[in-house]
Amino acid sequence: MRIVFKTDYMQDIRPWKDGQQLTLYLLLLAAAIAAPWLLDVFFLGELTNVLIWAIAGLGLMVLTGHTGQASLGHAAFLAAGCYANIILMESGMPFMLAFPLAGILTGFAGAIIAIPALRLHGIYLAIFTLALSILVDDIIVLSDAWTGGVGGKFAPPVNVFGFEIERWGTPGAFYWLVLGVAVIVTLGYVNLLRAPLGRAFIAVRDSEVSAQAMGVNVARTKTISFGLSCAVTGWAGALMGLYAGAFNNETFSVVISIQLLMMIVIGGLGSIHGAYFGAIVIGFLPQFLSIAKEYVGAVFGGSSVAIPGLEFGIFGMILIAFILLEPMGIYGRWLKVRTWFELFPFYRKDMFKRQKSYLKTERLR
Amino acid sequence: MDNLQLLVSGLANGCVYGLIALGFVLIYKATEAVNFAQGDFMMLGAFVTIGLTNTEYMGLPFWISLPISLSIMAAMGYALDRFVIRLMFGQSQTAVVILTIALGFVIRFVAGLIWGHNPQTLQNPLAGREVAFGGLVLGLEDVAVIVVTVLLTWGLYEFFNRTRLGLAMQGASQNQLAAYYMGIPVKRVQGLIWALAGAVACVAGILFAAKGSVDPNAGLMGIKAFAAAVIGGFGSLPGALAGGLIVGVIEPFASRYIAAGYSQIAPYALLLLVLIFRPNGLFSQTRVKKV
Amino acid sequence: MSLLELETVTLKFGGLTAVDRLSFCVEEGEVFAIVGPNGAGKSTVFNLISRFYDPHEGAIRFDGHDLLRARPDAVASWGVARTFQNIELFDHATVLQNLLVGRHRHRRSNLLSEIFFTPSVRKAEIQNRHFVEEIIDFLDLQAYRDKMIAGLPYGVRKVVEVGRALATDPKLLLLDEPASGLSVEETTDMRWWIDDIRRQMGITVLMVEHDMGLVSGVSDRVLAMADGAKLALGTPAEVQSDPAVIEAYLGRAA
Repeated sequence: MRIVFKTDYMQDIRPWKDGQQLTLYLLLLAAAIAAPWLLDVFFLGELTNVLIWAIAGLGLMVLTGHTGQASLGHAAFLAAGCYANIILMESGMPFMLAFPLAGILTGFAGAIIAIPALRLHGIYLAIFTLALSILVDDIIVLSDAWTGGVGGKFAPPVNVFGFEIERWGTPGAFYWLVLGVAVIVTLGYVNLLRAPLGRAFIAVRDSEVSAQAMGVNVARTKTISFGLSCAVTGWAGALMGLYAGAFNNETFSVVISIQLLMMIVIGGLGSIHGAYFGAIVIGFLPQFLSIAKEYVGAVFGGSSVAIPGLEFGIFGMILIAFILLEPMGIYGRWLKVRTWFELFPFYRKDMFKRQKSYLKTERLR
Repeated sequence: MDNLQLLVSGLANGCVYGLIALGFVLIYKATEAVNFAQGDFMMLGAFVTIGLTNTEYMGLPFWISLPISLSIMAAMGYALDRFVIRLMFGQSQTAVVILTIALGFVIRFVAGLIWGHNPQTLQNPLAGREVAFGGLVLGLEDVAVIVVTVLLTWGLYEFFNRTRLGLAMQGASQNQLAAYYMGIPVKRVQGLIWALAGAVACVAGILFAAKGSVDPNAGLMGIKAFAAAVIGGFGSLPGALAGGLIVGVIEPFASRYIAAGYSQIAPYALLLLVLIFRPNGLFSQTRVKKV
Repeated sequence: MSLLELETVTLKFGGLTAVDRLSFCVEEGEVFAIVGPNGAGKSTVFNLISRFYDPHEGAIRFDGHDLLRARPDAVASWGVARTFQNIELFDHATVLQNLLVGRHRHRRSNLLSEIFFTPSVRKAEIQNRHFVEEIIDFLDLQAYRDKMIAGLPYGVRKVVEVGRALATDPKLLLLDEPASGLSVEETTDMRWWIDDIRRQMGITVLMVEHDMGLVSGVSDRVLAMADGAKLALGTPAEVQSDPAVIEAYLGRAA
């Protein structure tokens, strides 16, 4: 059993509990930095993909996991970030300027969209954002002068500090670029959560009335949350475009929106870890399935037929299992396992049990 | 006359949207859950009926397979509530939304496995017949769709406002605990509602597969039907139908009078406008949380 | 000048008059209780002060300012904190986080400085943490500091809510039924805490309460309400013996 004694307020304020935890995270970071030397090109590419999804997941997590505003339309902001980045670069702006600006522009777009969305709750917000995502898909097709329409666009190689970086040409450098963005976003997120604004997000999520009574400006907090969420998602979108090399409206269809939301639910809503766990599931599921299929084919023979929709079917089943059995996602399960080890042998079965509540109606009584 | 033809075919499409929207609203009214898989239920209902009726499958006469498929879909709805939704008692609305979206994925996958991915049409006694009103030539199927939808909506509306069971369902939605204390068997009532929604989805599926063709991805039009339900104001049965009709009519007219690409955009653009200016739909009740 | 003044405040919901030309003043440093049967409009008065509703007529002044010109979230920054009848805590956060949200009105940092967690943010956080720790000490919440609200018993939540309101460092504390649902011992604790809040912290308390034992134990003045209007106002003993109050509670004597 491990006990952390608290002797200083900073212990509650800094993001790690004790030296042991800090060491673990630093080791993880070191392993992540060393990945290009440890993995072959294919798996490095997959890992890059996972990190890009994780960044997008962090973006949505701010809004859905911490501010409680479910969005089924974040592919719209992935698209906005991606197209903004490429269009800015095509107009002659260097990547090092175009990339941050693309995220910031997407953030402002998100904050503007937040204004009508502020009055909407629960499913109304979900359908609002869903419709937005569908509309952006169609708008990309219709405004082909800017976006290339269904033909799409190609991502040029980018220049970072004088280094030419390209997904296929320099996979290691591209991976480090993505890792760098992921680390910066994560650190900013951690800082925000231990500062007043992060707590205001949680307050708005759990009870708008009492957040207001504590002096939190609910409308402004939601708008900032939308803005931050969309900015981070925009960066993820820009990286996604570079990763894909070529993209069009289909790259950012409404299915991606839904997948992104499901990803953070599987990972665990309301935690930074959740975005990463979810991204790992999303990123490696197709690989896992194809390996499993080969295995089944080798054992039972002849099943190399593609089964359309298999990925989504399995994905849906995993999600249903999680919502029913572990609503806090992989992160929730991880917490339980960790607590079990920390408290060994004193863990009780009902330690994480929550009080059952009757359905709280959200409409007028 | 051209416009009139456009209007009628739009209305017939709108009826299918309206019926799916009706399923959304039924479940929402009674349980405050949102079943995003309602569109996939519709698709499944269509395929179940095709599987029973079409000659390449079981080849039963249409009027025999109709009650069978209705019961199968009702049982599906009931089972879904009994074995899945009920386990989520007390979790947030958003969790149910995400669960049912995932369920839609699974249903689409299973339907694709069983019936394949090619579009199929339901063989039915009305196929290919036409009726003429004045100079207007209408497919008998379109007329049947409109008639069935209006009758069904009217019946459900009467059911909710007149019968004891209907009133009990309404009570259960407004305050589960209080309804339980008043002797309403809340759980059974909810199960019945899900069964009813399953049957309504089946009707929608039959109509859809009779007048066009259905493939596993047809369930995605549930999103459009959901938009219709919100446009009509979630929580009102006639509102859901009206919303469905509006969406159905706006589509052909948008592609006719603006440009072809706009028939996809128009319903969602309308939805955004409605949500911005009347956040609770066109036929709404206001909501305030009491503290 | 009184700390809080309500002047002929009226609020109607449709045809129902929830608060009817109500006037009263709360003086600085007192404990002022509002009593009355269910539906008398007590909580509505709180919600009016919190600016959840706009009155149809009348004026509310706090500390000499016109409260009705404040946005709902600005009421807290003027120094009015409150609890809720049915407990409105942030369920999926720890007790500590809940209390720290109470410090929100003292936030001086902005988005950018918080993302980089600059030394000034760090300093402010240590101060917030220190302030909150004193409240934890005062309310004996040490054992629950890092616990999630969702797993806590009802009585503890009630105390946490009072703590969260105190964390805002208010001038006026509104307590909506602080003793409802509490055991006898918990009610006694609550009584001493309310007393200490007034005496040690110098915070004026306005509370709605049904428990007449608690009301007569801690309050200096009591306002009795029925049907949104004032019935009687005076010391607890005066109000309890007022014929109009007795009639409202027990019905007309035969």
